[in-house]
Amino acid sequence: MAIANLGLNTLGRLETLPPDWPGGFWWHWLFFTVVIIAFVLLLVMGFIWIERRGMGRMQARLGPNRAGPFGLLQPVADAIKVLIKEDIVPTNADKIVYWLAPVIAFAPALMIFAVVPFQDGALLADLNIGILYVVAISSVSTVGVFMAGWGSSNKYSLLGAMRNVASVVSYEIPVLLSIVGVVLIAGSLSLNQIVLAQDIPFILLQPLGFLIFFVGGCAEIHRSPFDLVEADSEIVAGFHIEYSGMKFAWFYLAEYAEALAISAIITTLFLGGWRGPLLPPFLWFLIKVFAVFFVMVWTRTTLPRVRIDQLMALAWKFLLPLALINLIITGIQVLTWPVALPWVMIPVNFAIMAILVLLWSKLFKLGGGRVEV
Amino acid sequence: MALKTEPFVLNIGPVHPSTHGVFRMRAILDGEVIVDMEPIFGYLHRGIEKLAEERTYTGVIPLTDRLDYLAAMSNNLAYVLAVEKLAGIPVPERAEYLRVIMAELQRIASHLIAVGAFLNDCGAFFTPFLYMFREREKIVDLFEMVSGQRLLYNYMRVGGLSHDIPSEFLPALDKFVSQMPGFIDEYDQLLAKNEILLARSKGVGILPRELAINISASGPVLRASGVKWDIRKVDPYSIYDRFEFEIPTGSVGDAYDRYWVKVQEMRQSLRIIKQAMGQLPPGEVKSQVPHLLHPPVGEAYGHIEAPKGELGFYLVSDNSIAPYRCHIRAPSLMNLTALREMMIGWKIADAIIIFGSIDITMGEVDR
Amino acid sequence: MKFERYGKGIAKGLRVTIKHLFRHPVTVQYPEQRLNVSRRIRGNELIWDKERCTGCATCAKSCPQGAIEIVTSKGEENNYIVDKFEVDTGYCIFCGLCVESCPYEALFMGYAYERARYRRQQLVLAKEALLVSDERQPSGYGRPKVEATLPQQTLLLYRDEVKK
Repeated sequence: MAIANLGLNTLGRLETLPPDWPGGFWWHWLFFTVVIIAFVLLLVMGFIWIERRGMGRMQARLGPNRAGPFGLLQPVADAIKVLIKEDIVPTNADKIVYWLAPVIAFAPALMIFAVVPFQDGALLADLNIGILYVVAISSVSTVGVFMAGWGSSNKYSLLGAMRNVASVVSYEIPVLLSIVGVVLIAGSLSLNQIVLAQDIPFILLQPLGFLIFFVGGCAEIHRSPFDLVEADSEIVAGFHIEYSGMKFAWFYLAEYAEALAISAIITTLFLGGWRGPLLPPFLWFLIKVFAVFFVMVWTRTTLPRVRIDQLMALAWKFLLPLALINLIITGIQVLTWPVALPWVMIPVNFAIMAILVLLWSKLFKLGGGRVEV
Repeated sequence: MALKTEPFVLNIGPVHPSTHGVFRMRAILDGEVIVDMEPIFGYLHRGIEKLAEERTYTGVIPLTDRLDYLAAMSNNLAYVLAVEKLAGIPVPERAEYLRVIMAELQRIASHLIAVGAFLNDCGAFFTPFLYMFREREKIVDLFEMVSGQRLLYNYMRVGGLSHDIPSEFLPALDKFVSQMPGFIDEYDQLLAKNEILLARSKGVGILPRELAINISASGPVLRASGVKWDIRKVDPYSIYDRFEFEIPTGSVGDAYDRYWVKVQEMRQSLRIIKQAMGQLPPGEVKSQVPHLLHPPVGEAYGHIEAPKGELGFYLVSDNSIAPYRCHIRAPSLMNLTALREMMIGWKIADAIIIFGSIDITMGEVDR
Repeated sequence: MKFERYGKGIAKGLRVTIKHLFRHPVTVQYPEQRLNVSRRIRGNELIWDKERCTGCATCAKSCPQGAIEIVTSKGEENNYIVDKFEVDTGYCIFCGLCVESCPYEALFMGYAYERARYRRQQLVLAKEALLVSDERQPSGYGRPKVEATLPQQTLLLYRDEVKK
C-alpha cells in the first residue's frame, strides 16, 4: 500500500522508513541490495577460508597456504577454477530442470538476508513477520536440490535428493517450535524487535531452544554430522554429481551461503545480534557470526555421519518432544512471572534442559536396523 | 493400497572413493534397502602366481611385497617361512627376534590404516584417518631406516634378513613404543564411545560364529565373531611361543567389534615389541644360503597371522631355481565370501561401513 | 542403557580436536623444506663403477625383472670387456637385489629420488650415463662404507617433540 502511494514521487518520505535514513525508498532498497550481495559473497569466501584452514589445523596439517598470504586468496582461486571449467551436461538430463536447479537452490539463501538486522534499524525491509518469512523462504531451496537430483538422470543423485527432502521436511518442525519460544519472550516476530529485546542474550534464557535450533539448523543446511545428502564416501557427492563449472559454483556457494544464513539467524535470535559494549555493532555481528560458524566447523571435523533413518528418528522422536516441552514451559514462565522473568528463567531453564536431555536420551530408542527381505 | 515400487540396480562401481581399491558391488536396491548384492572383483589381477614360476626363490620376494601392499613385511615373512620349511634352512636367533619386531610393527601400521579408513567411511571427515597416518608415518620412518623403502620393503631373505639394523634403530623404537599407548588412548577418546559411531556400527553387519568358521574366515573378522583363533598361539611359527600376549576377542561380530578388536590388537603388539626388544641377542642376521637355491623335491605350506588374517604360501618345488607352483592363500579373499549375507537387509550407508570393517586390500584378493 | 548416551562421547571427541588446533602441524613444506632420507634409500637410479666391474653379470642374473642387459667380449688377460651395460630404469622395480648380489661392490643404488623424465627413452641408461657424478650420488644400501658418510635420516619421532 505504501508503494501504491508513491506514483512518480520517488524521493518522498514514507512512514515505513526508519526516521534517520536519508533518501527515499528506492535508494534504501538499492543500497541494501548491494550491501547484502557484497556481504554474502565476501563472507562466503571468508567462511571457505576458515573452514579449510581451521579444519586443516585441527587435523594436524596446514590448510591451504600458497594462494596469497596465509592462503587468503584460496577462495578466489577456487572461484576462478570453477568458472573456467568445462560445462558438462549429461545426455539424458532433463534440460530445463537441470539448468534451473542451481538458481532455485541458491536464491533463497540470499533472500533470507533481507530481514537480518546489521545495526539498529539497518535492514532491507523491517517486516513485522520477519522470522516467519525466513522459515518460509528457507524451505524453497529443497525444491532446487530435488530438481538437481531428478534432472541429472543418475541414480546416485536421486538417492541424495530423496534424502535431502526427507531430512529437511523432518527438521522444519522442531526448528520452528524452538523459534516460537524466542518469539514468546521477545513479543514480536520482527527480527529487529527481537534483537532490541535482548538485554540478556536469549541463549541464557532458552538453552534448550538454542540446542534444538543449532542441531536442526545443521541438519537443514546438510552439514556434518548430517551431510548424508552429499556424503563423500557413500554416494559420491550426492545431488551435485553431474554438475561442473558455473552450475557447480552455484551449489558450492549455496552451501556456504546457507551456512552463513543459519549463523546469522542464530546470532540474531540467540546471541544478541549486533549488541555489544565497545566495538561498532557491525563488528559485533561479524564476530558472533564467525564464532557460530567456527563451532559448525569444529563439529564437522570431529563427528561421523548419521544414517538417514537415524536422522529422522532424531528429529521426530528426540527433538520434537523436547521442543514441545520447551514451548509449554516457556509459555508458563512468560505468563506467570512477567516481571522477574530473567532471574527465574535462567536457572530453571538450564536445570530443565539438563534433566530433559539426560532423561530423554535414556528413553530414546533409535530403531531402524536390519530389514527382513 | 500400497504404493507400487520396483527394485533398481546400482553399481557401487570399481571407481569409488570408499571401495578400498578397485572392487565392484552390484547391488539391487529397494529404496535404500539392499535386497541382493553381487561382488565382482578381478580388476587388479596381475598374475603374481604365474610370475612367481619364472623367478628365482629370492626374486619372488619383491613380488610378494605387492600382494597386500599395506603390510609388506608380513607377506615377505610368510613366503620366506614357506621356503625355509621347504628347504630346511635354519635361521639365526637375532634374525628371528628382528623378524618378530618387524612383523608386529607392521601389524600396528596396517591396523592404523584399517581403523582410519573405517572411520573415514563412517563419515568423520578424514580427521581420525590423518591422526593415524601421523603415527603410521613414524613406523614407516623406522622401516625406511632399516630397508631403504617406505612401502615395499623387500627386507626378509631366505635364511634371515637382508641387512642388520643400524645403531639408531633401537633408541627410536624405544621412543615410539613409549609414545604410542598415549596416542591410542587419544583415538579412544576421540571416537571409541562416540554416540554417532555406536549408533552407526553396533549391531551392523553381524557375522554369526558358525558362518565365520564355515567360510574359513581368519584374522580380526573371525576373532570379532567370538572364535579365539590366532595362528600365533595355535600353531606358533618363528619364536612366538616365547612371548606372552593376549588375543582380544569380540562377542557379537558386528562392525564395532571388528574395530574394537583391531585397536586392542595394536596394544598387544606393543607388548610383544617391548618383550622382543629386551631379549634381542647379538649375532648375524642371515645364514649362509647359496645364491641360486635348489630346494629338494617336495611341497610346503607356510602360514602366518598377517594383519588381515591367515596368509599362507603353498610352494611346490622340483629341484630347480624357481618354484614349480606357488599358490597364495589370501585372507582378504576368504573373508570376502560372506559379504552378501552380511549386507542383505541393510541400507547403502551400512553397506559401505560393513565393507570397510572387514578390511580388505584388493592387491591380495586379485593377486 | 547407561547414562553415557547423552552426548559425553561427542564432547570428548570435540575436546581432542580443539587440542589439536593449538599444536604445531606436522606438515613439511616441500620443496622449500626437505627431509633427509634414509641412508639406505633405494633411490630412483643405479650407479655403476666402471673400474671395479668385471662383467660377471651376476646382477643381471639376479634381477627379477630382467632390466639389466650386459654384453661382453673376451679381453686379452683372460677377462671380460664390458661392451654394453644398459639398465632400463623404467622397467626396474628398485628392489636392490642386483646391488646385494654384486661380488665386487661395483653397483650402487642412487641417493636421489627426484628423477622424473619426460620421455620413456630417457629412462634407459647406458654405460656413460650410469657413472657417479655430482648429481648422481650413491646411497648406502648394502654398502656400509658409503652409509657411514651420509647424513642421518630425519625421523618424525624426533621432529614432533621439538615443536609442541
